[in-house]
Amino acid sequence: MNAKKGISASPGVAIGPAFVLDTEQYRIPRRSIDPAGVPQQIRLLDAALAAAREEVGDIRLATARKHGAKMAEIFAFHEGFIADPGLRKAVASSIEANSYTAEFAFAQEMNKRQRVFLDTTDAYLKERVRDLRDIEERVLRQMLGRAREDITRLTQPVVIVAHDILPSKALELEPEHILGFAIDVGGSTSHMAIIARMLEKPTVVALNDVTTMVVGGETLIVDGSSGIVISEPDEDTVNRYRSTQQRAMELGAEGIGLFRSEFLFLANERLPTEEQQYESFRAAVRHARGKPVTIRTIDLGADKMSDYLGAVQEHNPVLGLRSMRYCLHHLDMFKTHLRAILRASAHGDVRIMFPMITTVMEMRQARSTLQDVMEDLEEDGLSFRRDVPVGMMVETPAAAMLASSFVGDTAFYSIGTNDLTQYTLAVDRANERVAYLYAPHNPAVLRLLREVMRAGRRGSVPVTICGEMAGQPLYTELLLGLGIRTLSMAPQDIPQIKRAVRSTSISRCERVARTILRFEEERQVMNFLHDRLRSTDPEAL
Amino acid sequence: MAYERQTQVRNKEGLHFRPIMRVVDAATKFASAISVLTDDRQAEARSPMELLMLVATHGTKLTVRADGTDEREAVDALVELIESGFGETL
Repeated sequence: MNAKKGISASPGVAIGPAFVLDTEQYRIPRRSIDPAGVPQQIRLLDAALAAAREEVGDIRLATARKHGAKMAEIFAFHEGFIADPGLRKAVASSIEANSYTAEFAFAQEMNKRQRVFLDTTDAYLKERVRDLRDIEERVLRQMLGRAREDITRLTQPVVIVAHDILPSKALELEPEHILGFAIDVGGSTSHMAIIARMLEKPTVVALNDVTTMVVGGETLIVDGSSGIVISEPDEDTVNRYRSTQQRAMELGAEGIGLFRSEFLFLANERLPTEEQQYESFRAAVRHARGKPVTIRTIDLGADKMSDYLGAVQEHNPVLGLRSMRYCLHHLDMFKTHLRAILRASAHGDVRIMFPMITTVMEMRQARSTLQDVMEDLEEDGLSFRRDVPVGMMVETPAAAMLASSFVGDTAFYSIGTNDLTQYTLAVDRANERVAYLYAPHNPAVLRLLREVMRAGRRGSVPVTICGEMAGQPLYTELLLGLGIRTLSMAPQDIPQIKRAVRSTSISRCERVARTILRFEEERQVMNFLHDRLRSTDPEAL
Repeated sequence: MAYERQTQVRNKEGLHFRPIMRVVDAATKFASAISVLTDDRQAEARSPMELLMLVATHGTKLTVRADGTDEREAVDALVELIESGFGETL
C-alpha cells in the first residue's frame, strides 16, 4: 500500500484498476539479455509488430466509419510503417548482434529513424516524427505488456493516471468508462479540475509523480475529497472506501451538513444561471429525502471567480476579497445565487449558511440582501420557505471570540475548523514548510471552540462543526465533550465516527474535554488524544 | 540482370503518406526486388519508412530499379504511377 497527497480537484471516491497514460517515452526496463534468449526476443518482436499492426488496423476501420476514409489514411500509413520489412530486419539484426532486448533494440532503431526526420529541413517530414513516436509507443506497449491502454478504446471502467491530459482528450472519453483521475500536474482551478467536476469524477491533481508510482492494472483509490491517492490498498482500506461509494444517506447521514455551492461555479466557464443553480440545489434537496440540507453560499476568492468577472490579482488572496466579502461586492451575482437557493427551499428542509463572516455588520448585510431577494420572489409569485434558517460559519478568530454578539442574527453557528485553524495559527497548511504548525487541536483553537460553545449555550443557538476535524475519530470524544452534537463530514468517515460515538459516553467525553482544555501545548493535547484512542479504538489509529 | 528507369516526382506535395502507400501497394504485386533511388539515398520500394526518408519533394529525380523475373513490368508500373502524379495536384 502506498499513499500520495495531492490537491483535491473534484470530490468523491473512485476505486478501480489503474490505467496509466504515458505522454513521455516509455522507460525501457532492461537493455541486454543472455545470448540464449535471442530467439525469444525475436519472437517477442514479431508478436508485438503483428499485434500493433492489428491494433492500427482496427483504429483505421473505426476512424473510417466515424470520420470517413480520408481521415483514416494516416492509419493506413502507420500500418505500412509497422509492416515495413526493413524495420523488422534492422531490429532483428540488432537483437542478434548485441543480445539486446526486443524493446531496447526497437526503441533504439526508432530513435535513429526519428533523428533522420528531425534533421531534415522539410517541414512536412519534420512533423512525421510525431507519427514515429506514436508508432513507437504502440509497439512498445505491446512488448511491455500494456496492451489496450488506448484511452479512447476503454472497455471497462478505470481510474485514469496521467502526467497531464489535454482537456480535449478528456472530453473524448466515454464518461461511463472513467471512474476518476489521478494527475501529476495541475491545480484546483486547472482546466483538468474543471472538466473533472463537470464530469463529476473524483479527481486528485498535483501529485507530481503518481505516474511512476502506479502500474497499469493495479487497484487504485482516488479520494477526491481529501486529495489522496492510494495504490495497491489493503482489503480494509478498500472496504472502508467502498462504503463511501454508497450514498451518504445509506451510510447513516442525518442530512447534508455542507453543500459546497462553489463547485457549481468552478465547473462552468460562465456564471451559472439561476435555473442551473436552482436545478442543482433542488437535486440535492430531493436526494436528502426530507432531511436537512445546509447550503453554504459561494465560498470563492476573487482569484477563482476572475474568469467571468474580471481578473483581480491579490497579493494575499486568503486575506482578500473572498467568500462573503466577494458576494457583498457583487450583489447581482449574489442575489441570483440566493434566489436559486430560496426557490429550492420550497422542496425540503433547506438551510442557508453564510461563510467567512468576520463582523456582525457583514452578517446583517448578507441577511438584508436575503430579505430583498425574498421580497423579489414574492413579487414574482415564486414559492420559497420564508422561515428558512439562516446561519453563519465561524471560521475567523474574530467571529469565534465575539460569537455571542451574533446571537440575534444567526440561527446556528457552524464552526469551520480548517479555516479557523489556518487563521488562528497563521499557517497555510498547503505550504509544506509550515504545515507542521497546522493543528486543529492547538489549545488556541480549542479555546475558540469553547467560546463559541459558550455563546451557543447562553443564546440557545445550536452549534455544529464542519471541517476535517469532525471526520477524524481522534477528535470525536473531545468535540462531544465540548458540547457539540452535530458533526458534518465526508460520507466515507460516517461509519468510523458512528463507531467512535457509540463506544464512549458523554460523561467520559466531558472529562476528556476538561482535561484537554487545561493543556497549554499542542503536543500535550496530541499525546493525550493518542493515548485515549489507543485504549478505546486502536484500529482507528 | 537488373533493369532501371529514370523518372521525376511530379505531384506538388511530393512523396508523402498517400503516394508512398500507393508505391508500396504496387511494389508488393511483383516478385522482383525493387528499389527507388535519389542522388544520395536508396529505399526499398516496399518500405514506407525508407521511401519517406528519401525526402523526395516535387521535382526530385528518381531511379526505379528492379532485379528478378518480372523486373521490367515492375519498373514500368512504378514509373507510370510516379509520372501520373498519383492523381494529385501536379
